[in-house]
Amino acid sequence: MKSAFPGNRALATAVTALVGLPILLAGCGAPSGSAGSENVSEISVMDYYNNEPDKSFIGDALNSCAAEAGVTLKRETVPGKSLISKVLQQSSSKTLPDVLMLDNPDLQQIAATGALAPLSDFKVSTEDFAPGVLSAGTYKDKVYGLAPTVNTIALFYNKDILAKAGVTPPTTWDELEAAAAKLTDGDQYGLAFNANPTYEGTWQFLPVMWSNGGDEKNINTPETAEALQLWTDLVKDGSVSSSALNWTQADVNDQFLAGKAAMMVNGPWQIPALSKQPSLQYGVVKIPVREASQTAVAPLGGEVWTVPQTGNKARQAKAAEIVSCLNNDKNQMSMAKARNTIPSKTSLAETFAKENPKLATFTELVKTARARTGQLGDGWPAQATKIYTAIQAALTGSASPADALKQAQGQ
Amino acid sequence: MSLAADLSPSKAQTTQQKPGVDQAPLVPRRRNRHRKERLFQWLFLVPAVVYMALFFGYPVVKNVIMSFQDYTTATFFTGEAPWVGVQNYVTVLSSSLFSTSLLNTALFTIGSILGQFVIGLALAIFFQRKFPLNGILRSLLLLPWLLPLIVSSAVWRWILDKDSGALNRFLGDLNIIETGVPWLTSTSLALIAVVGVNIWIGIPFNLTILYGGLQEIPDELYEAGSLDGATGWKAFRYITWPMLKPVVSVVLVLGVVYTLKVLDIILGLTNGGPANSTQTIATQSYALSFQEFKFGEGAALGNVLVIISLVFAVLYLRASRRAVDE
Repeated sequence: MKSAFPGNRALATAVTALVGLPILLAGCGAPSGSAGSENVSEISVMDYYNNEPDKSFIGDALNSCAAEAGVTLKRETVPGKSLISKVLQQSSSKTLPDVLMLDNPDLQQIAATGALAPLSDFKVSTEDFAPGVLSAGTYKDKVYGLAPTVNTIALFYNKDILAKAGVTPPTTWDELEAAAAKLTDGDQYGLAFNANPTYEGTWQFLPVMWSNGGDEKNINTPETAEALQLWTDLVKDGSVSSSALNWTQADVNDQFLAGKAAMMVNGPWQIPALSKQPSLQYGVVKIPVREASQTAVAPLGGEVWTVPQTGNKARQAKAAEIVSCLNNDKNQMSMAKARNTIPSKTSLAETFAKENPKLATFTELVKTARARTGQLGDGWPAQATKIYTAIQAALTGSASPADALKQAQGQ
Repeated sequence: MSLAADLSPSKAQTTQQKPGVDQAPLVPRRRNRHRKERLFQWLFLVPAVVYMALFFGYPVVKNVIMSFQDYTTATFFTGEAPWVGVQNYVTVLSSSLFSTSLLNTALFTIGSILGQFVIGLALAIFFQRKFPLNGILRSLLLLPWLLPLIVSSAVWRWILDKDSGALNRFLGDLNIIETGVPWLTSTSLALIAVVGVNIWIGIPFNLTILYGGLQEIPDELYEAGSLDGATGWKAFRYITWPMLKPVVSVVLVLGVVYTLKVLDIILGLTNGGPANSTQTIATQSYALSFQEFKFGEGAALGNVLVIISLVFAVLYLRASRRAVDE
């Protein structure tokens, strides 16, 4: 009988295959042990440290923590740019990993979706962390993520070039402008920073904006305008190349390495690249403030580790153990040292700065560093866009700093 | 149900077809064969239909629905996306950035197409002649097409750099310029520079298609024309151009559709900057969805772009149908 209907059978097979295929595909990604509550043997982890040497440093710490918790790891590293889209995909297909790393300004955005579990559910200690670190990891009064090590930006200067020109590292805006002008000579610019139309451009502007009392909630204020005026003047009088409008932080570092910029605004993650050129003698100071009486406020950078809502309490508890372990004193110190970042616990700062004098300025800045999402939470991306829009408008001369900020805030 | 109903008579039919049992009624058998044939026709269609529905239908429908919803990051986890009507369209269309993006999109598209087409056609005509290395040179010209766009844009970003870019060095050595030209960081030059790079990328496409079109024109026409005194420019004006017209309309319309949606080149070169001077509808839509996580607004702006492309797609279909009719 069957052989008599080849066509129909083929049709049936085809239909079955086509209907079955998506189900199969969906099935592949489904969480494996949603019911098993006692024996957790494997924990999945996702992060964006997909390049060496960070990949191994983080991997080693993760592995030792997994061993301590008595589980094996299934780690996935994705490129930084695709992490958020991957997380969103996984949260809609309910396939989030057990342990998830997020860039700190994204934490509140993801926590707001309900995809993360508060760490207090698992009694993870949040004591002793720098206030900025906690504020970055907190959404609606609950801590969702902790960063073992953090970073920020400061002013790097080329010791040889400054000595030759008889310039001391600047501490105020006036000194910065004078130094940058004096250090600008031929092919060499006095200062390099990045003011590109991405969040990176915003990030590099935050130190001058915040130190002068500017605030991200409303950027149409005289304080922020003064800060933007500084950035504009530096470009206008040629102390900073107008290429800053298109540079990334990596480009800025290349300029500094090549001796084409005497000073630069950048972060400690550039130190390995800078150390590869032994002839380059550099120092690091805080980014100057308008008046000596002001305190330098730096933006907090770094990645937080979270426990997503996977629906399996036992797995979540194990995941929380790993997050907690990554954040213990020993791991904070070793990871910070290996990766040129700063331990996020304030009690470790002093010892760390003593052991790593190159990072002393950053260590001091981190104590008072401010989280980008501290005030606006998931409203930060929209406001960060306004800030770089204003920077671009002012630096290209299409509007005065005050007007640029007013227009951007009104958008 | 209907399938089962269809089956039962044919089942009865085939049981009678055992060897030796002769002469089942002829007419039903033919009808049966006819039905099978139609079934097979459908079967051949199924993969295409399923493919279209899955990879074209679903995204388009989903995008349209999304543009009427308040679709945020939370939607991915909770599945809740409140209906907001045309609010997303109102927001993106009334934004001060929309007119800038629309103008830039128009300038970018017109500039790119014009440059690509004119240079592509000139090169295609040039390669019509027989000369040594013709084939090698022509295949080398395909190179920009073969490179990943993100690679091309990264390289061009270095070439066009104000301080140490190769282009400024070159112009400086020739004493054409004294100080570095801010190709990518001046609000008046950035769009021109981006268009220039896009022209470079688009030449191979135009060259290849137009060269193919030129090959189709029979030599006899030129021979006959030359007897009547149509050589050089006249030959182009009265023979090449009219004969090439159907191909030209296809190249132009496809070019417009491809250029409207260009994203990676602009992101790689300027990221829409400086001060939004290279911001197009495509880059703006990308930024809304994937940087600010306003998926609803991003989808709305994306649909505006789809509608603009659709106008040109219809033009293309009409043009190609006319070409067939002729």
